Amino acid sequence: MANTPNAAAPAELAWSPRALLRRMRDADEIAHLVTLIAAATLLLITVLLVYQLWILSAESRHRFGWSFLVTRTWDPVAGEFGALPFVFGTLVTSAVALALAVPLGVGAAIFLAELAPPKLSSSLTFVSDLLAAVPSVIYGLLGVFLLVPVMRTTIQPALKKTLGFLPLFQGPAYGIGFLTAGIVLAVMIVPFVLSVSREVLLAVPRDQREAALALGATKWESTWKVVVPAARIGIFGSVFLALARALGETMAVTMVIGNNPKIAASLFSPGYSIAAVLANEFSEATGNLYLSALIELGLVLFLLTFVLNGLARLLILVTTARGSGVLPS
Amino acid sequence: MSARMIWRKAVNVTMLSLTGLCALITVSALFFILGYLLWNGGKDLSWSFFTRLPAPVGELGGGMANAILGTLKLLLLAALFGVPIGLLGGVYLAEFGGRIMPFLVRYTADLLNGVPSIVIGIFAYAMVVMRMHHFSTLAGGVALAIMVIPTVLRNTESFLRDVPSAWREGSFALGANKWRMIATVVLPAAARGILTGVLLALARVAGETAPLLFTAFGNRYWSPGWMQPTSSLPVVIYTYATGPYEDWHRQAWAAGLVLLGLVLAINILVRAFLSRGTAHERL
Repeated sequence: MANTPNAAAPAELAWSPRALLRRMRDADEIAHLVTLIAAATLLLITVLLVYQLWILSAESRHRFGWSFLVTRTWDPVAGEFGALPFVFGTLVTSAVALALAVPLGVGAAIFLAELAPPKLSSSLTFVSDLLAAVPSVIYGLLGVFLLVPVMRTTIQPALKKTLGFLPLFQGPAYGIGFLTAGIVLAVMIVPFVLSVSREVLLAVPRDQREAALALGATKWESTWKVVVPAARIGIFGSVFLALARALGETMAVTMVIGNNPKIAASLFSPGYSIAAVLANEFSEATGNLYLSALIELGLVLFLLTFVLNGLARLLILVTTARGSGVLPS
Repeated sequence: MSARMIWRKAVNVTMLSLTGLCALITVSALFFILGYLLWNGGKDLSWSFFTRLPAPVGELGGGMANAILGTLKLLLLAALFGVPIGLLGGVYLAEFGGRIMPFLVRYTADLLNGVPSIVIGIFAYAMVVMRMHHFSTLAGGVALAIMVIPTVLRNTESFLRDVPSAWREGSFALGANKWRMIATVVLPAAARGILTGVLLALARVAGETAPLLFTAFGNRYWSPGWMQPTSSLPVVIYTYATGPYEDWHRQAWAAGLVLLGLVLAINILVRAFLSRGTAHERL
């Protein structure tokens, strides 16, 4: 503080009211500084995270360049590393999960936001929040011992019989594979779709519903043709958010996807995902190139979720801000 | 009534019932999971499960005392490192802050919150394990702490913002300076909400497996101190469920029940008693 103009006050006046005031202000400055350091720590952690991923993947990035992303071989013994089977598996399982979870989650959100009485709605939302809190390894456990046998003996044969003409549903029924992983992921992301969609639906002004009903629309018509379109962008946001979750989900997928770096048209085929290969091989990786290739996979996963999360937040912000801008409160 | 009207009413009833069905399916998933775990894991829970070390492979019995203690130690570290940073950072955002910094911090917190947990594991591996050259409880605790920070920070900020600004002004009018106002008026007023956020964040990381796989690793025995690899409930569930032994599978179910019970109990208690029914944003 010696270089501030006020510091010219002599030391013997330290107990004067003015100096006291300044000391109190200094305490404020200390509090400001301490909290600022805490906030800056968060920034530092994030910057370090990106930096470490970038630096530690250098060997693999220099060796393989962009072709890393489109190479199909993953052969640690020969030192050949390509990310394509993992990127493929990650995208396919997430797509399956979205195809199942979005209709279910949005449907449930419509029920909770438009139809259910407030008490029922809030207690069901409570249950859905609890569902979101279930650890992913628990889903994996149920996946391995409950879903995989059911898939093998019942669901996959049934799909083969009815939709077997599609390349998606061909090949031997192992139980494990893309489809099973996608189903487990779907159950895991439904709560996210549901809670965000419900919030954006509730943000649509009440007048719009009433106007539609006054024009003679049925409840469903007012919901589907007025409320849902008004909340459309926010619902897309919830979908992106759920997709980002699905892409990064590790344990449940690792336990049921089959862990085989394979690219196949059939959803019955065993596969692999980025997160799963990290979980399985990271602690056993021998050699710098192997580790560096795995860390580059981590970097790819980070970037994917980074872009999706940013997009999701933007979309949700746009809708809820627009909605609450119209509402009186 | 015209045919068209009948058709519209039929569509109305059908679609509305379908949305109800969606809600029913989603909600019943939780009860199904809980019931299935109780059915499968309940019969293998015994006193020795909580007090004994795992039995050698092939021998029946044994428990998971080391994994339970490991999870508690990891949570303690996560709270110790993560909560102060998150809490103070939240105070910064709500009470201090300039123009650019708060925006940057908020944005980064949301970004960090969305980073897949396995990537956090890689980071903790790079920062702690690579430097110490071995797996440790400390590394696992750091990984979990990094996941706790953004949640606690955003949550603390939002609850501090709910404190009416008249209270701040009143406190100033009585002659308090800013830190005193924060410490004696604002923080106590928001304490319940902040505690809710902290406990929910800890409950969330309690079930995390991925960031522990190559930080805390695993251990068949007790893990003395903080520098040894340690066992933890989620990792044990993963190892046992994917292992080849029938006895391991039964233990995995029992451990799953304990973990789920722990996580759900914290969630229910906190949401029912602390949050006063306000559904805070989970984003």
